[in-house]
Amino acid sequence: MAPVLDVSNLGIKFGGLQALDDFNIQVRGKEIVGLIGPNGAGKTTVFNLLTNVYHPSRGGIRLTGRNTQGKATHEVTKYGIARTFQNIRLFKSLSVIDNVKIALHNSMKYSLLAACLRLPSYWRQEAEATALGMELLSVFGMEDVSAAEAGSLPYGAQRRLEIARALATNPKVLLLDEPAAGMNPSETADLMRTIRDVRDRFGVAIVLIEHDMSLVMGICERILVLNYGLIIAQGSPEEIRNNPLVVEAYLGQQGGD
Amino acid sequence: MGMIPGNTLRRYLLNASAAALLYGVIMILIRYRVIRRYEEWVLIQIGYNIILAVSLNLSAGFMGQLPLGHAGFMSVGGYAAALFTMSVNLPPNLELPIGLLLAFCAASAFGVLIGLPALRLRGDYLAIVTLGFGEIIRVVILNLGFTGGAFGLKGIARETTVTWTYISVLITLFVISALIRSRHGRAVLSIREDEIAAEASGIPTTYYKTMAFAVSAGFAGVAGGLYAHIQMILDPSKFDFMRSVEILVVVVLGGLGSIFGSVVSAASLTILPEVLRGFDQYRMVVYSLLLILVMIFKPSGLCGRYEFSLGDAVGGLGARVRGLFSGKGGASGGAGS
Repeated sequence: MAPVLDVSNLGIKFGGLQALDDFNIQVRGKEIVGLIGPNGAGKTTVFNLLTNVYHPSRGGIRLTGRNTQGKATHEVTKYGIARTFQNIRLFKSLSVIDNVKIALHNSMKYSLLAACLRLPSYWRQEAEATALGMELLSVFGMEDVSAAEAGSLPYGAQRRLEIARALATNPKVLLLDEPAAGMNPSETADLMRTIRDVRDRFGVAIVLIEHDMSLVMGICERILVLNYGLIIAQGSPEEIRNNPLVVEAYLGQQGGD
Repeated sequence: MGMIPGNTLRRYLLNASAAALLYGVIMILIRYRVIRRYEEWVLIQIGYNIILAVSLNLSAGFMGQLPLGHAGFMSVGGYAAALFTMSVNLPPNLELPIGLLLAFCAASAFGVLIGLPALRLRGDYLAIVTLGFGEIIRVVILNLGFTGGAFGLKGIARETTVTWTYISVLITLFVISALIRSRHGRAVLSIREDEIAAEASGIPTTYYKTMAFAVSAGFAGVAGGLYAHIQMILDPSKFDFMRSVEILVVVVLGGLGSIFGSVVSAASLTILPEVLRGFDQYRMVVYSLLLILVMIFKPSGLCGRYEFSLGDAVGGLGARVRGLFSGKGGASGGAGS
């Protein structure tokens, strides 16, 4: 099976700093891949490159078979990639359902004129989008708070809403940037179930950045370790756990020399 | 029409009949000369000020970008409509609406032209650049031959009536509130909320910024067209940046992101100087004082982001009345259909 995400030799320079170099990854459909590494290793930079927030100095990205070079972020989203953010970025003062319906924007087709004249296409597609949005919210147990202001939700619910919103764009690849940040162990365990459930239900491949090793080791089928913008190791959780390079990156070199 | 949910249909009918009723009342008052030429003039002023405020609210309140060149778009519309009605010879009730349509098109074309480069900036920078563009429009008009230059464009027929103003206001209110409650409007709102998240959710933000800016400019143009055909003279100095600031004051006072607030604020800030006729000299003083007071006591504007809904109000009232009759007395409104 062809990979849904195929990244080859990706690199980016910020001024004199090589933030990422020689980054290669092939993600197959429905795979859960972890991206770990110490702070400043370039993990979020990878996400920003994959969604064309940054444009690479070299290398290329193929998403569901299409080259994303030079495309705007919203076009890449249409190709089938969606993300959440390290520091939650919801449309805070809008309702929960509107947050999801904004991401359903491209699944509706009615024109500006149809909206202003309230033509039948408006009513039909809006009703469909609302139904679809409510269905998505119910997967995350949020159908009861659909009318609430997104910013008023508790932290965990905001994280879940961000995932729901990302899924509303109908992605093939879902990028989660530190989904467990700020969660306690029981919330993290819940999140693990949710992530697996999302993968099975929506058939998406998931790439996640995470510092919580119980989550990473618990659900990732494959892990990539970044340090100073380079992949220093990749493999199954078992292999990564015992890789001396990884241990060194996280804990420093053993002994004095 | 089976598509429209019953609730919404009821609201539409309610709003339409309320609008018709208000129009009827105004017409009767004009018929019995309670509203005379002067009051008519004030009504028309209220009308185009509402259009200016509501249209600016689209970009300032709903999109969260702060442009300061609304007077420039108003003047483009004014000159476009006036030059058209002056060059053709049609019955007033035909050439005015065509002129207003042209005003919309001309002003929104300028909106796109200015919006494309300017909307790359945000915040204070956008305000400064649009202020500059507004001034450029004014200076260009001042130096062109066919606009009458500094002498102004004279000999415009008095064609703006209360009826045409009323129709224009209704269309503006309907189009902008319909726009806001659609996928296009949500896209505009998402730009205000978080531009990066909007792009990541598949919203082409540049397109929607320009679109909202153009629609906003277009309605400012319509207001300019109405203005031209009631003032009967267009003087470029009337469209300086102070006018843009005045419009912005109306919007901020009413509440950024509240159409209802803009309407209330535009109406009161138009009537206020008229009531205090001798006070007109101090209008800017009153403006600044009002602004300072509102910013101290209600920083989000008089209405914040509140929208008045006739349906809710009537529903609430209905529930209350039913409560009275069922003997419970003073049941809290709520529910509302």
